[in-house]
Amino acid sequence: MSLTVTTHPEAVAQRGLPRFFSDMLVVTERNLIALVRLPQSLFFSSIQPIMFVLLFRYVFGGAITVPGRAYVDYLMPGIFVQTVAFGSIGTAIGLAEDLQKGLIERFRSLPMARSAVLAGRTSADLVRNIGVLILITVVGLLVGFRIQAGIWAFLGGLLLILIFAYALSWGFSIIGLLAPNTETAQVMSFPLLFPLTFASSAFVPVQSMPGWLQGFANNQPFSILVDAMRALSNGGPTSAYVIRALVWSIGILVVLAPYAASRFRRSF
Amino acid sequence: MAFAIEAEGLVKEFKGGIRAVDGLSLQVEAGTVFGLLGPNGAGKTTVVRILTTVFLPDSGRASVLGHDIVADAETVRANIGLAGQFAAVDENLTGLENLRMIGQLTRLGRRQAIARANDLLQLFELTDAAKRIAKTYSGGMRRRLDLAAALLHSPSVLFLDEPTTGLDPYSRQSLWGVIEELVNEGTTVLLTTQYLEEADRLAKVIAVVDRGKVIAEGTPTELKATLGATVIDLEMSSTDQADRVSTLLIEKTGKQARLVGASVKLPLEHGPSQVRELLQILEVAGLMPEHLNLREPSLDDVFLTLTGHMAEASTEGGRK
Repeated sequence: MSLTVTTHPEAVAQRGLPRFFSDMLVVTERNLIALVRLPQSLFFSSIQPIMFVLLFRYVFGGAITVPGRAYVDYLMPGIFVQTVAFGSIGTAIGLAEDLQKGLIERFRSLPMARSAVLAGRTSADLVRNIGVLILITVVGLLVGFRIQAGIWAFLGGLLLILIFAYALSWGFSIIGLLAPNTETAQVMSFPLLFPLTFASSAFVPVQSMPGWLQGFANNQPFSILVDAMRALSNGGPTSAYVIRALVWSIGILVVLAPYAASRFRRSF
Repeated sequence: MAFAIEAEGLVKEFKGGIRAVDGLSLQVEAGTVFGLLGPNGAGKTTVVRILTTVFLPDSGRASVLGHDIVADAETVRANIGLAGQFAAVDENLTGLENLRMIGQLTRLGRRQAIARANDLLQLFELTDAAKRIAKTYSGGMRRRLDLAAALLHSPSVLFLDEPTTGLDPYSRQSLWGVIEELVNEGTTVLLTTQYLEEADRLAKVIAVVDRGKVIAEGTPTELKATLGATVIDLEMSSTDQADRVSTLLIEKTGKQARLVGASVKLPLEHGPSQVRELLQILEVAGLMPEHLNLREPSLDDVFLTLTGHMAEASTEGGRK
């Protein structure tokens, strides 16, 4: 067998959207294979959220009272948002790892669409989030969560969370590009995620927090997403919540995705 | 003469003002192996990263097959293969999956990519490991997989960044064989190495790089000839004695010998006829060597003379 062709016809570069989508799918597939194969990534994306459901449902939940509904119904929308938010650390870690291991360097020397590296990473995380949200819904139903607003409203809520998660993935890809290694990527992510996740309406009513914290907790995007999801699963007026959640998600995406892409181009 | 790779005045500076590449120029004849030889931190890896469009140069220009690496980077990428010293394979994918992915990203269709991947796996003796994830591969297997990944789209210009660093002698020999075969088939190879033996064996032309510049260039024979016909090694009984011999030689002959441990190495322009004169000087000073050895100059000698330091084996680069 010949190693190469004896006469090298010069290859012509392909460009354009078909190449972008084809490359994005290849990179997405590659990231999904790794996700399924790595026990630690499966743990973080599935076991950890299940543990949070059980922790708040059975350990802390008894001590928390919320007006007008069962705590498990209050809790689950918060868990959905927390799950995708914590999952976006995976975007940062995955990218940092690819950079560290020299894979991005190889990608940059290939005749592929460079933007497909980030797009493939965030798309894989989107697929992961779909799977995890289904899993958490099932777990929620098993521990007593009931959807009162109707199945279509609930599915719409999950879609809203997926859009938000996709935007967050692009945001956290910036951390992946900035961090010199995976450990730093993780360390850089938590200080952002912790206040947003816990100083929010996800687990306890904001009214129970001190006054100075309520202003932040009421208006930050995680609370807005949780409130929208709560309206879409527990019932009640929805449109104002949904619009605010969409504005935040699209706003994050429109600002951070181009920034991540330009960061990716410039960081070499 | 057609040049497959040309570079002129390349400069790349990193944060903190480190000039990794400082006005480097080179020309690589099509269908030959060009060796970039230099110690760690000489800037070899950065040169490869610039020529393969991974990094943009700060200034200077370069082309591959006549295509500018900045203005026409897409065409350059379609015609090059890169195997880096860090063996950039995806550890979580199997060997076959790795090659299929790279094949698809280099614009082979999925089916074609799998066929080509299987051929390359066979060639690099990885067929048995094709369905194992790369994490379980040995260092040598990873290198072979990395090289296979660089060959998927049959590139006519191949960049190999320290391809055999850290390999055992057997793996190194077999990799050299593959590189020679590729060149016989018309591939142009730019190879960086710290191993003089490797450059000597494979490269038609060698450029010695130090501190981001080419400090000497020529065929291995030409480079060795710059040192004269013969080199004498004087093995002294101690480093202290060697120091004294070195000082003495500067005094009496004006020549700067090089010291490696307790041995003194001196090029002799006029060959063995100078040996008697040299030994007389040493005898008068009471500094007779324990052993002496007359030999052809090696690239080691060239390297030491040009850079003033030894080629060291450690790691360069990483993420910059």
